[in-house]
Amino acid sequence: MTDAPLMTIRDLGVTFASRSRQFVAISGVSFDLEAGTVLGLVGESGSGKSMTALAILGLVPPQGAVTGSIRLDGIEVVGADKSTLRSVRGGVAAMIFQNPGAALNPYFTIGGQLTEIVMRHRRVGRAAARAILVGAFGDTRLADPELALERYPHQFSGGQLQRIVIATALACNPKLLIADEPTTALDVTVQAQIVDTLRELARSRGLGILFITHDLGLVGALCDRVAVMYAGRIVETGRVQDFLEGPQHPYSERLLAAVPRFGGPGRLATIPGQVPDASVARKGCAFQPRCQYAMPVCATQSPPVLRSANGAVVACHFPRNGASAGADRTGGTS
Amino acid sequence: MTALLTVEGLTKVYATPRGDLTALDDVSFSVDRGEAVAIVGESGCGKSTLALSIVRLVAATRGRISFDGLPASQFQHVSPRRLALLVGMVFQNPYASLNPRMRVLDSISEPLRIIARRPRNVAREQAAALLGSVGFGPETFHRFPHELSGGQRQRVAIARALALNPGLLVLDEPTAALDVSVQAQVLNLLADMRATHNLSYLLISHNLATVEHVADRVIVMYLGTIVESGPVEQVFARPRHPYTRALLEAVPRPRMGAQHGLARLPGEPTSAIDRPPGCPFAPRCAYRTGTCDSVPPVLTAGADGRQLACHHPLNKAFEP
Amino acid sequence: MSAPGVPAAAPRRLAALGHFVADQPLFVLGAALLAVVAILAMLAPAIAPYAPNAIDFGEKLKQPGWDHLMGTDSLGRDIFSRVLFGTQTSLMIGVSVLVVSMAIGVPIGLAAGYFGGRVDSILMRVADVFLAFPPLLLPITITAMLGAGLFNAMMALAISWFPWYARIVRASVISIKSEAYISAARTLGLPTLRIILRHVLPNSYGPAIVQGSMDFGYAILATASLSFIGIGARPPAIEWGLMVAEARSTFLANWWTAASPGAAIFLTVLAANLVGDGLRDILDPRSVRRD
Repeated sequence: MTDAPLMTIRDLGVTFASRSRQFVAISGVSFDLEAGTVLGLVGESGSGKSMTALAILGLVPPQGAVTGSIRLDGIEVVGADKSTLRSVRGGVAAMIFQNPGAALNPYFTIGGQLTEIVMRHRRVGRAAARAILVGAFGDTRLADPELALERYPHQFSGGQLQRIVIATALACNPKLLIADEPTTALDVTVQAQIVDTLRELARSRGLGILFITHDLGLVGALCDRVAVMYAGRIVETGRVQDFLEGPQHPYSERLLAAVPRFGGPGRLATIPGQVPDASVARKGCAFQPRCQYAMPVCATQSPPVLRSANGAVVACHFPRNGASAGADRTGGTS
Repeated sequence: MTALLTVEGLTKVYATPRGDLTALDDVSFSVDRGEAVAIVGESGCGKSTLALSIVRLVAATRGRISFDGLPASQFQHVSPRRLALLVGMVFQNPYASLNPRMRVLDSISEPLRIIARRPRNVAREQAAALLGSVGFGPETFHRFPHELSGGQRQRVAIARALALNPGLLVLDEPTAALDVSVQAQVLNLLADMRATHNLSYLLISHNLATVEHVADRVIVMYLGTIVESGPVEQVFARPRHPYTRALLEAVPRPRMGAQHGLARLPGEPTSAIDRPPGCPFAPRCAYRTGTCDSVPPVLTAGADGRQLACHHPLNKAFEP
Repeated sequence: MSAPGVPAAAPRRLAALGHFVADQPLFVLGAALLAVVAILAMLAPAIAPYAPNAIDFGEKLKQPGWDHLMGTDSLGRDIFSRVLFGTQTSLMIGVSVLVVSMAIGVPIGLAAGYFGGRVDSILMRVADVFLAFPPLLLPITITAMLGAGLFNAMMALAISWFPWYARIVRASVISIKSEAYISAARTLGLPTLRIILRHVLPNSYGPAIVQGSMDFGYAILATASLSFIGIGARPPAIEWGLMVAEARSTFLANWWTAASPGAAIFLTVLAANLVGDGLRDILDPRSVRRD
């Protein structure tokens, strides 16, 4: 008997329409996230991963039309009214970004700007909120947590600011933490510390983490499951070990081969061509023009969503590692 | 001696209201002809300052740089034009390193006309050939940078840096801002260019896997000093300095969590202002002793071509 | 682009133009008005019904009618013709003041911004002196020193206003000079003058152009003010401000003598401001326009 996943996304789509054309940011996105696990959302620029994250919190810019379903802890986010969204943001799901310095107001002390957030979400007084924050800073291994409240953002380094932001997000007791490239701007040793901290928090609090990144090494180090996006669509999901050892989708395969590795081959695999223009509607598979295994059917028919024995899901006519029989309509149609 | 670039005692100190900030402290190293040397380290280690000092975008406080037979006393007075013929540079941010108002072909033919003094049509032909060699067809020649992707812009920047046929190319994190698949293209391109033009590279990077892939030798810096250097496979397989080891351990790889007993490097680098005596890494080092706090370690060379500045070198292999 | 023209592009260009008009209606309106002024200036000799300085006491102070579309002034001169010829003067004023002002201010801004340090301090202190004066006081003072007259008034304005361009350009240059492509130009060994002219200037003149388009209108207005108080244009020059000044004693009973030149000033300055506002939006790199 399993609990329902913390978050269930089905057929999520975001489209921007301007006077002359339509720009499909994401389409047919479906995946689940279980509490206490870390899901890595991987993709290159323009793949739609950040837009997916924004959609979860109802933060898609007003010009964007959102379709599909996002069920977060039982609450439907797509089309939800303002007050529902306000209670979801922070209380159920919190988000941290790549540049923590940009999320903080340089004119206020840490305590001055963050206490209210905790007061509001936890419905406590100022003193209690401050105590909660200090505790949270300690949980994220920030040095001198009591002193942090009185300091200004510019007095902290990037790594410390990221801890502060994570701590504040967690102080509101969300069930889901969305992290959009939180360590990209940090040094590798600091990144290692933050990654450790996140992993520990996921285990100890049963927190679900959606970790958005382009760094496949990080996915391997931190995540339990991975979802790969290309051109606004999910092309593959599965367990991280399975993914790293035997990716199903040709794009995943190429991506893994393009990463320089210790003791790796002299020449890196590259992917010819470029990411397709999102404003041009396509038939068939989005990756087909660049795929070395493409067959005629790939250009004319959308790829089916197939499942493999180990639970990997892939949208491809010719998956690389035996996903096939029992095409599972778990969504992801276009 | 086949040393192309020799740097001796390079020091850069900034005077700030809060004290003297030492960005580079007596750094010495050399790059041989045809060699690719990588400088790695985290923010504040001085690697960017080092790169900028070599191309003279930053004026060093002290130190001597000699190049290709030109002794330091002459090289430091070389004109900007002459320097450009010897050393080229590729910058980190492809979105900022091309003039947004210049067409791609013009960006490359400009140095050919002005510095190499080629006639206009010859310059354009050579620029076109360079663009072709980095994988562009004629349809891109008249484009503006904003019409190109990050990876394409970086390839243009590489072509431009090669236009004057320098012997040494300084690359400041050339792939940091690029997607994985594009990074692979650029790294492959750099390998090809190095072979065809017989170039030396000085590569600044924080990404150890990229470094292992591209470089022959690696120099590890921390807070303005060199802590370790040597052939890249050897240094990465058997790091002697605790910081080098910590860097290698921090590189994310699968099932990292399962490896316990490896101490995560705690804290952050101390300030480069008014650095304490002794080893700059001591405050974070798990093996620190009293000596480390008071006596700065000297960079000494071993018989195997490796250099190390440490009082308590490690001697165990590193298994990734 | 070296490719031959593609025939199918024409309808798309028309659609793009349509979108442009819809996105920036005020800019298009302003630009259209200015275009009308320019056309009138060119055609004035051809379409003016009367010679602008033709005095006819028999026709003096006639109300607007079919004979005289805008009426006549106290000397019987046709106001419509005078307004028409006035467009030539106004355009010349706008352009001249702009050109001279920019010619002085832009290089100063470039030098101050790029070289910084002492050069910057000296140049900016000089600019500060000019900027310390209240808006029209300096032009009035300079004109008084040089002697009244349209040319002197224009030069006085140009000299008073150059510091604005210096400051604007300097600010742009300071933000650009730390960009990587400027560093790249230096590593390529390019001479400083070339870097300033070919790399810095083309990327920093945007705000100056916006200011300039606004100043086009202000120059006309300021000149009109100077003429009004008697130290700008003098007869027989035909200038709207001068026309309003000449109508000072008569316009209470004969509204048309001041209304038409006044309206001409108003519309032209308004048009210039609309263009300036629109240009600022168009040139702002942060404004994302989806086509």
